[in-house]
Amino acid sequence: MKKSILLSWTAAAALAVGLAGPADAEIKIGSTLAVTGGASFLGDPEARTLKMLVDEVNAAGGVNGEKLELVQYDDGGDPNKARTFATRLVEDDEVVAVIGGSTTGATMAMIPVFEEAKIPFISLAGAVVIIDPVKKWVFKTPHTDRMACGKIFEDIRKRGLSKVGLISGSGGFGKSMRQQCLDVAGSAGVEIVADETYGPDDADMTPQLTKIKNAAGVQAILNADFGQGPAIVTRNVRQLGIALPLYQSHGVASKSFIELAGEAAEGVRLPASALLVADKLPDSDPQKAVVVGYKAAYEKATGEPVSTFGGHAYDAFQMLVAAMKKAGSSEPAAVRDAIEQTRGFMGTAGVVNMSATDHLGLDLTAFRMLEIRKGDWTLVE
Amino acid sequence: MRPLFAKPISAKQATLLVLLLLIAVAPAFFPSNFYYRVGTLIFINGLAVTGLVVLIGYAGQISLGHAGFAGLGAYACALGPVHLGLPPALSLVLGAVLSGLLAWLVGRPILRLKGHYLAIATLGFGVLVSMVLANEAWLTGGPDGMAVADLGLRGLLKSAGIKVGNAELWYWLAGLILLAGAWLALNLKDSPSGRALRSLHDSEVAARTVGVDVARYKLSAFVISAVYASVSGSLLALTNRFVTPDIANFLHSIELVTMTVLGGAGTVIGAATGALLLTALPQVLTALQEYEHIVFGLIMMLVMIFLPDGLLPSLHRLLRRRVS
Repeated sequence: MKKSILLSWTAAAALAVGLAGPADAEIKIGSTLAVTGGASFLGDPEARTLKMLVDEVNAAGGVNGEKLELVQYDDGGDPNKARTFATRLVEDDEVVAVIGGSTTGATMAMIPVFEEAKIPFISLAGAVVIIDPVKKWVFKTPHTDRMACGKIFEDIRKRGLSKVGLISGSGGFGKSMRQQCLDVAGSAGVEIVADETYGPDDADMTPQLTKIKNAAGVQAILNADFGQGPAIVTRNVRQLGIALPLYQSHGVASKSFIELAGEAAEGVRLPASALLVADKLPDSDPQKAVVVGYKAAYEKATGEPVSTFGGHAYDAFQMLVAAMKKAGSSEPAAVRDAIEQTRGFMGTAGVVNMSATDHLGLDLTAFRMLEIRKGDWTLVE
Repeated sequence: MRPLFAKPISAKQATLLVLLLLIAVAPAFFPSNFYYRVGTLIFINGLAVTGLVVLIGYAGQISLGHAGFAGLGAYACALGPVHLGLPPALSLVLGAVLSGLLAWLVGRPILRLKGHYLAIATLGFGVLVSMVLANEAWLTGGPDGMAVADLGLRGLLKSAGIKVGNAELWYWLAGLILLAGAWLALNLKDSPSGRALRSLHDSEVAARTVGVDVARYKLSAFVISAVYASVSGSLLALTNRFVTPDIANFLHSIELVTMTVLGGAGTVIGAATGALLLTALPQVLTALQEYEHIVFGLIMMLVMIFLPDGLLPSLHRLLRRRVS
């Protein structure tokens, strides 16, 4: 009887054994992304981009004469899983650097692991908290929502307007951006005269928009959210006959937004990466070669339209490779120092100038202000 | 069958002995620190699942909302040090007390329900907690989560002259707490209360007829399992040093119940097996990442079809038949 308990336990435990590590390689780069799950629209293009680029670099002879190996995991955007994979990358796979964390939650959960292990980590998530305050081993490539607010307010001021009605979704993205917009409004010379929110499943925002319409002196509307909400807001604004300029966030910078909002999208402005208008950039634009090149390569390799999020992974990878070349080694501390010394790097998000006090290195010029005209993006500048 | 030891030991002692041996011996086979992390997660999940053994295995009640209690425990550890100035260890206790209290409050009306209705009601509770955690950003930091203070145990040991790595420390700590939790649950099983609970499982009517206070025992099983879940949530938050509302997620509740049922809901050792399998499998299956969910689902379907009592009891019976 006792023996059989022991026996059955061993039998069950035997099933779980076999956590085998992958084969050896010269330089191991780690990555954990939300390839599946709710945030897969971020993680999937990021993962495809990294795979494509690693193959590209290896075909060209690798870095410093050594081939790259990408160790990639799918954390589904779950911070707890991300933390486990981060530990695995450091302890088991012994990578020299890590790219990833598609979401802010996953990134924040992983940071202590890399800080302790002294491994450079380039996050692909949005929030400011990742690099503010600056953490020695942590960098990130995407624009922050604070910058999106800044860019929108800059454009509003250029039009000679200053009173803004804010309407935001109550999801993570909308909530964070709303806070950042409220924070930077004062210094941007903009006054928030209405501040409305809606739930993630709301199908009609006319009550909130009616309130904004009736707010004293309102001159423009800003919608901070991504997904379906902004399309509904855009339609509702037109249905209510509100003639004010409407601004959307960088979160809706995809063709599906134009499809969802239909004709109502005409005239809507939003800040976005140059990737979206790669073909429309003038030849004199210093970013044109980079974005057109990445777009063509990605679409050829995957057969899918390029997305801003894959661009973040592109920037992170290229910066990492450049840093390893510059350092002449793949030793984590040397690579970290070289990443921090990145100057004038041209990526899909814009020009990156890192420093000891700025581990993002982008400024407002990184965003392009786009306007939707006749169902397509056009550059405002 | 001849007893294994000269003096036969009870099933309780055997279970604890097996657990103790596994926890103590496993690190000898760890190729890297990463395995300590996986071990820690197995123990933490195992603790929540041990609580569910009391609720599901002993008392025969279902809950699809226990991640809610894990969330409460986790956020107690995140918020206690920040807002109340409590040390993290005390916050853990506070979280457990709060969870127990809340379970007692919501349990009274909820546990009148049976079967599907009970499942839906507990599910609603879990969803409610996760929504509050995600929406009350001023308190919880919203969907992006918040940092959790250090437990401080490592510093304490260091000042006492004992140097131990973070991963190892958590492995031993979580392992010890799981042992304690298993010991308590096993003691309960053989006590008069435990027998009363198990009588509920078989037939509520019969239990009532022989004088068991059905409502009270159901409620106490619910409260006990909530406290287990809360402590496991606290430990998870403390070891991760970061927490997001994902911890109270509906899927986490399902995961816990699946662990309990897969391994065999009736026994502590079976549930621990479930926790081991479902925590370690995703790590084993990373090689087949794209098919992970398919393989995962297939394993669960096969176990449920061919080993309906759960993995361990079914294997156990199979082996016993062969031995005798």
